[in-house]
Amino acid sequence: MKYLDEFRDPELARRLLDEIARTVTRPWTLMEVCGGQTHSIIRNGIDQLLPEQIELIHGPGCPVCVTPLEMIDKALAIAAKPGVIFCSFGDMLRVPGSREDLFAVKSRGGDVRIVYSPLDAVKLARENPDRQVVFFGVGFETTAPANAMAVFQAKQLGLKNFSMLVSHVLVPPAITALLASPRNRVQGFLAAGHVCSVMGFWEYEPIVAEHKVPIVVTGFEPLDVLEGIRRAVAQLEAGRAEVENAYARAVQREGNKPAQKMVADVFETGDRLWRGIGLIPMSGWRLREAYRDYDAEHRFSVGDIHTEESPLCHSGEVLQGLLKPNQCPAFGKECTPQKPLGATMVSSEGACAAYYNYGRFITPDEISLPV
Amino acid sequence: MCLGIPGKVLEIFEANGTRMGRVDFSGIQKEICLAYVPEVEVGDYTIVHVGFAITRLDEESALETLALFQQVGLLDDELNADQHGAIGSAPVAG
Ligand code: SF4
Repeated sequence: MKYLDEFRDPELARRLLDEIARTVTRPWTLMEVCGGQTHSIIRNGIDQLLPEQIELIHGPGCPVCVTPLEMIDKALAIAAKPGVIFCSFGDMLRVPGSREDLFAVKSRGGDVRIVYSPLDAVKLARENPDRQVVFFGVGFETTAPANAMAVFQAKQLGLKNFSMLVSHVLVPPAITALLASPRNRVQGFLAAGHVCSVMGFWEYEPIVAEHKVPIVVTGFEPLDVLEGIRRAVAQLEAGRAEVENAYARAVQREGNKPAQKMVADVFETGDRLWRGIGLIPMSGWRLREAYRDYDAEHRFSVGDIHTEESPLCHSGEVLQGLLKPNQCPAFGKECTPQKPLGATMVSSEGACAAYYNYGRFITPDEISLPV
Repeated sequence: MCLGIPGKVLEIFEANGTRMGRVDFSGIQKEICLAYVPEVEVGDYTIVHVGFAITRLDEESALETLALFQQVGLLDDELNADQHGAIGSAPVAG
């Protein structure tokens, strides 16, 4: 496909890898923020091709993985109600709630549907005026303009049978929270390219100024990821900390203004729980008061469902880069993509599933040479 | 989830007051919301996520980036060759 294949060229990848190897003189720890990048890195074996001084930590940028358990339980409660058509992106259906997942509700006769776009859910609401259509609005900044448009259109159309269960998360507060943690090991970030297509990268400038860490806006294809790593390592080796854009074909500093405007009209910033991590202040978007009628939590009064995480799952440590997936005792044993214990095993962008699907069963300790 | 795929805009039209378009992804065509990319014209590439064009794909930048990748390392090779060639001279700074 045009503008994909060119960025997968093995010859150029080799050159970028050589250049990284030439530049690096000591160990550096980088985090790729986005789950899409994690998937690309593990699938292409980029982490294994890099010089061994460079460690990649897989960040919390998979919305499926960080959607809190109680949000999943709320989705399950709404989807099980008679008369409801519950719509979601496909990767949410197998995310385990505290007792079951959306597939289980569907197999018991619940009307759970996978849609490609949130506008498909609006269309379903128009076609089914006697049913309540609910869309599970999860995602990062990349997805928010689409979800905002769906709510906006529903209001314009005066739809009384459309609502959204909103669990939106934001990247900059998550990066700030990681950097503020006393256990932080990350020295440089690859920022999520498509989040920046929407939001731009000016938001990272104060973070870089305060914490002195390089942040490189990075795309998703193998060459894009290597270029992001190359630039981050070059900055670290030179003692620089700047925001750099290694994904210029899709990202500008100011981002997408019309999309930002729609998001600001429909959503407001608020505290948000992250599965496995906990509450991060002002790290999410929720519907504004003017759109309260379209808030599924309000419409179906599920606001008081609260759930605790399973103590067996270490996904929180995985998401913060404190543990590699294959260091979790349950990895590949009690926990597999067929029977996931935590959300990072469900989504193909989750670090645990990426490790499992590409056969990373051996932990770094097991392969380190005896001394 | 933040997967975005480049596609080529074949046609632009309006539906329910919203700017929409038909976008081609190597043979697969889909109806895509173009409300957030008012600058995009027929023939342009755009990056599409969950049915929405989120940004125009700047073809010039794409080619520049690829050209940059072609050059990565080559400059260094030349500098190194120079260094090796000039045995006995002072090491080059940097
Ligand atoms: S392997 Fe399974 S149990 Fe372990 S951290 Fe990953 S999702 Fe949780």
